[in-house]
Amino acid sequence: MSTNVPTQTGAIAEAPGRGLGRRRGRKPISERAKAERRLGWMLCAPAVIVMIAVTAYPIGYSVYLSLLRADLRFPDEREWVGLDNYITVLGSSLWWADFFHTVIIMVISVAIELVLGMLLALIMHRALFGRGLVRTVSLIPYGIVTVVAAYAFLLAFSTPSGGFVPHWLGIEHDLVDQGHPVTSFMVVILAEVWKTTPFMALLLLAGLALVPDELHEAARVDGATAWQRFWRITVPLMKPAILVALLFRTLDAFRIFDSAFIIGQNGTNPKIETVSILGYNQLLNRLNLGLGSAVSVLIFICVMIIALIFIKGLGTSRPGEA
Amino acid sequence: MGLRRLVPTGLAALTLALLAGCGGGSGGQGVHLNFWAYNEPGGTFAGAAQRCTQQSHGRYTIEFHPLGNDPDTQRQQLVRRLAAKDSSIDIMSMDVIWTAEFAEAGWIKPWPKAAADRVKQGTLQGPLQTATYQGRLYAAPANSNTQLLWYRKDLVKGEPPKTWNDLIDTAEKLPQAGRIEIQGAQYEGITVWFNSLIQSAGGQILDGPDKVGLAPAPTEAALAVMAKLAHSTAADPSLSSQKEDQNRLAFETGQAAFQVNYPFIYPSAKENAPKLFKNLGWAPYPAVKNPADAGQNAPIGGFNWGVGGYTKHPQEAFDAATCMRDEENQKQFALKGGLPPTLASLYDNQEFVKQYPFAPMIRNELQHAAVRPQTPLYSDVSLAIYKTISPPSGIDPKSTAAKLRDRVEKALQSKGLL
Repeated sequence: MSTNVPTQTGAIAEAPGRGLGRRRGRKPISERAKAERRLGWMLCAPAVIVMIAVTAYPIGYSVYLSLLRADLRFPDEREWVGLDNYITVLGSSLWWADFFHTVIIMVISVAIELVLGMLLALIMHRALFGRGLVRTVSLIPYGIVTVVAAYAFLLAFSTPSGGFVPHWLGIEHDLVDQGHPVTSFMVVILAEVWKTTPFMALLLLAGLALVPDELHEAARVDGATAWQRFWRITVPLMKPAILVALLFRTLDAFRIFDSAFIIGQNGTNPKIETVSILGYNQLLNRLNLGLGSAVSVLIFICVMIIALIFIKGLGTSRPGEA
Repeated sequence: MGLRRLVPTGLAALTLALLAGCGGGSGGQGVHLNFWAYNEPGGTFAGAAQRCTQQSHGRYTIEFHPLGNDPDTQRQQLVRRLAAKDSSIDIMSMDVIWTAEFAEAGWIKPWPKAAADRVKQGTLQGPLQTATYQGRLYAAPANSNTQLLWYRKDLVKGEPPKTWNDLIDTAEKLPQAGRIEIQGAQYEGITVWFNSLIQSAGGQILDGPDKVGLAPAPTEAALAVMAKLAHSTAADPSLSSQKEDQNRLAFETGQAAFQVNYPFIYPSAKENAPKLFKNLGWAPYPAVKNPADAGQNAPIGGFNWGVGGYTKHPQEAFDAATCMRDEENQKQFALKGGLPPTLASLYDNQEFVKQYPFAPMIRNELQHAAVRPQTPLYSDVSLAIYKTISPPSGIDPKSTAAKLRDRVEKALQSKGLL
């Protein structure tokens, strides 16, 4: 819209011959249009400046750092190393192990969340009475701070912390220590699912509301079963909402840090170390800003790729577009 | 009072509070020193700060700031500030393995000759070595720690084993509880074990701050001990996830006849397993080859007091740090916190020896302890080591030794992802 206004006014302004365009190639712009454009920029400026300060600058700075040998323990040895840090990271078995851990957690937890979230959304949609109560109650886990939720799961499943789950199951070993990767993964995934299923359900509920009741009624008259109506009517019509929900959750799940960090006992369980924890370790434990920034930039690129696959490959509409 | 009058009053109060905060906290006498340290559960570190403030007669006031509970958290908290040249860190508690890293980065000040001489006097060799980097004293050893071989006298008859081979064989032959509890998880603890083993076998992890040691013969001998234990029936089934506290618990619940651990298990066994405690025996840390070397090359831990590299009051900080490790304070660390002293004189203290009957053995081990490699890249080196040798059941002495050399080499160039 903003691009249309000046040309229109410009066209009007041109007629009386007041437009003194210096450059012949361009359409001359009237004083009023200029003023409007300037006003537009001035109104946007605070937001643009804030965005540059809080996102563009840090992102640009970490890209710059990722091309340096920058280790805070050796401040005098800072030098340009080009893509060396990226070669190191991508050539390291640790990055790929952690990448694999992250993908396992992401795929399994998002898959479970989708199924449970859909069930929850259907319940919320169909609830006959106490609809508000049902919706509020099911949102509680999402309102709990992730670190708190992660601690609750750690304390429940860790034997040394006196967890009750191993006690009930008659297991003496620790379910979340480095000797037991499978159960460690299960606990992290469980914590993630418990925490974010309501978010998934909420997004799906919005999609459910878009499905017109008339279609269901017509299908019922034609003799379609509930199962058929769900798969043939609800799901296809909800597809955009489902894809957006999946996109949001997948991007979120790939960057998982807090649950895995807490349940991995402050990141000391290498079996459930994720790429974000890897980046944290390089930056804050080793103070190796170069390598750590390279990891961060790679995570950023992975997130971009996931988003691209969803938007280009699966035709997810970008958030904000109908 | 109306709102109009309340606001200026509130602002004035706030300003005063802020000014007081800058000026130097409670008491506000003399120079204000910030002491960042592990909050020893017996409260003795905070106690030392208080006692030394009083003893300074107004020359300085030491304010105690507790750091996190585990060494990694403590290091992170300190390093984040020090890397930004924070002048508010005057004195800090440092794990013995940080000396080289902090010294090289300029985060701690070397001790001037006079102050260093006062610290060196009467201090045991091992702890002193952990505080020294490239011939200069960079910190004052406040307390130390070492491991002993603890065993059950009701199960182990005769002399306790003196070498690792002997220990594993003895445990295997026991009719019950024939297990050895030791730290096998992927963390600093297994590096500690490996460091003692390789030194006992006549080698070193590093030959200099940036030179890899790990000569093939001693490295393979050390790894062979770990592999032998891991594949023996004497190993705890959860060896690969065990740390000090899990060892203590398994021993207290009667699952093992042996454990290699720090003396904190002694008061704990007294309280939690009084029956077992009556038969609790202790022996020097085992050797790799020669039985006569038992008690040599034992692990060494503990805290040193360092003076911040950017402090505005170095003179007072050196004096305060010296005071906080004097005989009286170390006695408190030992009696209330169970932390072995670094001053030789305290090992003759009757009160201490009564509570710690194994004190002479600890003193002896601390004179000839296996100090971990002193390099500014210690944390990287240790990571490279424990990620390679844990789980111990995966060790093949020859190929693991080669892998270890390669990874430690990379770590020393601060290359590679860890």
